[in-house]
Amino acid sequence: MTVASDIPETESWFHKNQQKIAPWLFLAPGILFFAVYVIIPIFQSFNLSLYEWDGLGKAEYVGFSNYEQLYWEYVDRDAFFISLKNNVIWLFMYLLAIPAGLFIALFLNQTVRGIRIYKSLFFFPFVISQVVVGLVFSWFYNPSFGLLNTMLDWVNLGPVNVLGDENLVTYGIIIAGLWPQTAYCMILYLTGLNAVDPEQIEAGRLDGAKGVRMLWHIILPQLRPATFIAFVVTIIGALRSFDLVSIMTEGGPFGSSRVLAYYMFEVALSEYGFRMGYGAAIAVVLFMIMMCFIAYFLWSMYREEKGH
Amino acid sequence: MLSKMKTTAAAAAVASAFAVPASAELTGDLTIFLDTSNPAPRATMEAMIGRFGEKHPGLNIETTVIDREAYKTQIRNFLTADAPDVATWYAANRMRPYVEAGLFEDVSDLYAEPAMAEGLASTKGALTIDDKQWGVAYTYYQWGVYYRKDIFAELGLSEPTTWEEEKANCGKIVASGRACYTIGTKYLWTAGGWFDYLNMRTNGFDFHMDLAAGKVSWEDDRVKQTFMNWKELIDMGGFIADHQTYSWQEALPFMVKGEAAAYLMGNFAVAPLREAGLTDDQLDFYQFVKINPDVALSEDAPTDTFHIPANAKNKEAAREFLRFATSAEEQTIINNGKNLGQLPVNAGSSVDDDKFLQQGFKMLSTNSTGGVAQFWDRDAPAEMAKVSMEGFQEFMVKPDQLDKILSKLERARGRIYK
Amino acid sequence: MFPKPIEKQSAGAQFAYKSLLPVALLFWLAPLLAVALFSIKPDADFTAGNYWGVPSSFEGFTNYGQVFFNSDMPQYLLNSFMITIPTVIGAVALSSMTGFALGVYKFRSNIWIFFLFVAGNFVPFQILMVPVRDLTLSLGLYDTKAGLVLFHIAFQTGFCTLFMRNFIRALPYELIEAARVEGVSEIRIFWYVVLPLMKPALAALSVLIFTFIWNDYFWAIVLTQGPDSQPVTAGITSFNAQFRAAYHMMSAGSIVAALPPVAMFFLMQKHFIAGLTLGAVK
Repeated sequence: MTVASDIPETESWFHKNQQKIAPWLFLAPGILFFAVYVIIPIFQSFNLSLYEWDGLGKAEYVGFSNYEQLYWEYVDRDAFFISLKNNVIWLFMYLLAIPAGLFIALFLNQTVRGIRIYKSLFFFPFVISQVVVGLVFSWFYNPSFGLLNTMLDWVNLGPVNVLGDENLVTYGIIIAGLWPQTAYCMILYLTGLNAVDPEQIEAGRLDGAKGVRMLWHIILPQLRPATFIAFVVTIIGALRSFDLVSIMTEGGPFGSSRVLAYYMFEVALSEYGFRMGYGAAIAVVLFMIMMCFIAYFLWSMYREEKGH
Repeated sequence: MLSKMKTTAAAAAVASAFAVPASAELTGDLTIFLDTSNPAPRATMEAMIGRFGEKHPGLNIETTVIDREAYKTQIRNFLTADAPDVATWYAANRMRPYVEAGLFEDVSDLYAEPAMAEGLASTKGALTIDDKQWGVAYTYYQWGVYYRKDIFAELGLSEPTTWEEEKANCGKIVASGRACYTIGTKYLWTAGGWFDYLNMRTNGFDFHMDLAAGKVSWEDDRVKQTFMNWKELIDMGGFIADHQTYSWQEALPFMVKGEAAAYLMGNFAVAPLREAGLTDDQLDFYQFVKINPDVALSEDAPTDTFHIPANAKNKEAAREFLRFATSAEEQTIINNGKNLGQLPVNAGSSVDDDKFLQQGFKMLSTNSTGGVAQFWDRDAPAEMAKVSMEGFQEFMVKPDQLDKILSKLERARGRIYK
Repeated sequence: MFPKPIEKQSAGAQFAYKSLLPVALLFWLAPLLAVALFSIKPDADFTAGNYWGVPSSFEGFTNYGQVFFNSDMPQYLLNSFMITIPTVIGAVALSSMTGFALGVYKFRSNIWIFFLFVAGNFVPFQILMVPVRDLTLSLGLYDTKAGLVLFHIAFQTGFCTLFMRNFIRALPYELIEAARVEGVSEIRIFWYVVLPLMKPALAALSVLIFTFIWNDYFWAIVLTQGPDSQPVTAGITSFNAQFRAAYHMMSAGSIVAALPPVAMFFLMQKHFIAGLTLGAVK
């Protein structure tokens, strides 16, 4: 009933084997696309990182010299070191989105009139493009008219030039990033809280647990799936931080807010960047760092799959 | 900013139906990519291309204007992938990667023609690499100190000519509660202008070029002396605060509002300053002062250029366009005050009456005997330019870190010039 | 429910909570409200240093009019739609097939292919940048919307597959078994049995992908240039270069650029949140 009947041999063969063949037919277009645009390029980048190439002429094989230069940049505390250091700061600071999101979720997890609107509005920053978030926050920090300094002025503090201070700039950008990320974690927890078992809470209350103890011993264990997803998306988000750095500071002042993702782009494609091979080497380093986390996530997922 | 303007052959043909064709009839398509995205330069260029089209009715010209900043990264894509017949760019080291990759056409033959050889002699050097010429200049402009004449008058100051006078003036300006100089170093290159002048005045043009070419150590005492001079101005509070967060445009209001008295900039700063309400009675110009009396004065005068990509399809028409754009007559028109408001490259052209252009032209032609530099980020290789300008910015914020900065630049020098 | 429901607490606490809510929201959205305020101010307010005060006149129509009629913004917005919508369709179509294949069939490499998609979805963009850019150039698709769409479809397939496969796993497998017993072909099972059940997932995924692609900035600057093909995220930077230091214009432009995904979110809120909680990664 399925395939045209004028070629019966094919039909019967196909019919017999269709449960084996069908998945591959369904997978073929997706795998093809994914291979061409994602899998193969990863290997190409690995290969390219062994070359010196200005993106215009011929690429020249240089072995591991790009990595050697990165090593020296690390030793001399130059751009690569700063990028790596900032990536670590991003990783840790960005994780604050998880407790902050949980806090707001708990705050909003009530049933009063109009709470749905409040929840939506709190979630709002996540929907906005990071480009706009970056612009908004760079005005917020602007030393001559920014809202931040205006507010600091009310309490006789400041002024501070957050994006112009090499010690504050990374934190300033991360705070801009935390804004949408916290909203994201909040929504994950709000949904998680919906699924919390009321009987366990009642049991806990009877045992005299409340406040932080209740949260820690009864609520959080039940929120584990939400926490896991929040953790995954926050780590990945931290390592992908490109848009905000690019929009808010272009890595400045004097390169102190660079992160690997931005440094790579800067070296390879920006106004003064002509070093595709070097950029690829930076990308490989970033990829390796990311791979540690990806491996961990996959392992967690694998265990869960087996558990089913 | 990218738009297409088709000068249809038909319309042009009607207009010049009775005109005698100049030389051999040019036919086919001519694609031109421009980075002149600001409104005035854009209109100027489009008008010039229109005039060229009228002369060559057989030619179908297509012009594409790309945002100036975006153009800087996009040029390498279109030169390799989808080359136009003519493209704008910059002279000196800024064109080197494309010359070395074989992406620009050798146009030495144009400079061999008597008219061009005579008219374009002054910019020939900036377009020469390996004894060949790779493009033509179409405009250039002076750099120097633009200042608030009314503030100077209020404080009883006159235009300085020596370093001592400059510092004395600055001291009085600071004492009046203002900054001497506005600057926005967020995009780094503005600090490169300051370094150009301080180093050329302290150590001379040849030393400056050697440094750009990687022949001198950044830890050389002469380089340090340049930074020490710079530090004097920084330490007395000469520059506006928080300059590392502003673009050059965002630094303009400080001068307009009178919070800063002067701006070391290219002549393109005049237009926005006038637009913001400063009159010619309030705004004036002086040449950057002498520092080391033994050193001949030299100036920054960045040159903007036309090139023929090696992959161009209609090189004959492109060459004709280059001849046209650099002709004495066209140069006078496109560089006048109503158009680009800059300086013509052809010796046979006349300079606009604008007081800044007149001063600039006089300065460059009579008082820049040491040499004419392009600009730091055009004279030094891209990578060195980037690292060093970052160093300049850092120095302006933290002058005490000088030794650390210079040793970083010296390491970069060891890596970059191989 | 945790924390303790507010309606079971004292009247004072209830009142405090209800008045705290709008204050907290105001703080939370302060940076955005500032931009909204900027966007209706006249130019003169900025020159006069009146940044945070009451606008001296309401210039909302002028400013937004400029954005819509005197800049490339409408073109950028149109590009964004022409990039986002085909990507959503393509990625959802591809991944409903891959998700079906990985969710329904048991074969040895199943989990590894699945993990490949998941891992690929997490890789940093930078490792793909140079090769993808070269590929796009050599296909002649550099600076075209199609070039951007093809890449987005391919990359989003990773995440969408994760999403779809998990959704299909949760469907009642007996339905498929029953259809097979009836002799229904696999393709028909996909089309007539599974796909109708996937409607909520399709909706959720579409909304999510729409937002992600709309907000993409990195690939927009790597693969496109200029108003012919650039989406609004990249366009806003050239828009800002045009109106440098004209904060009222930049604010109005930013708000216009941010609006479509916001509208999408408010219209499709339920689907959006359903999608997110299944583990979306930007």
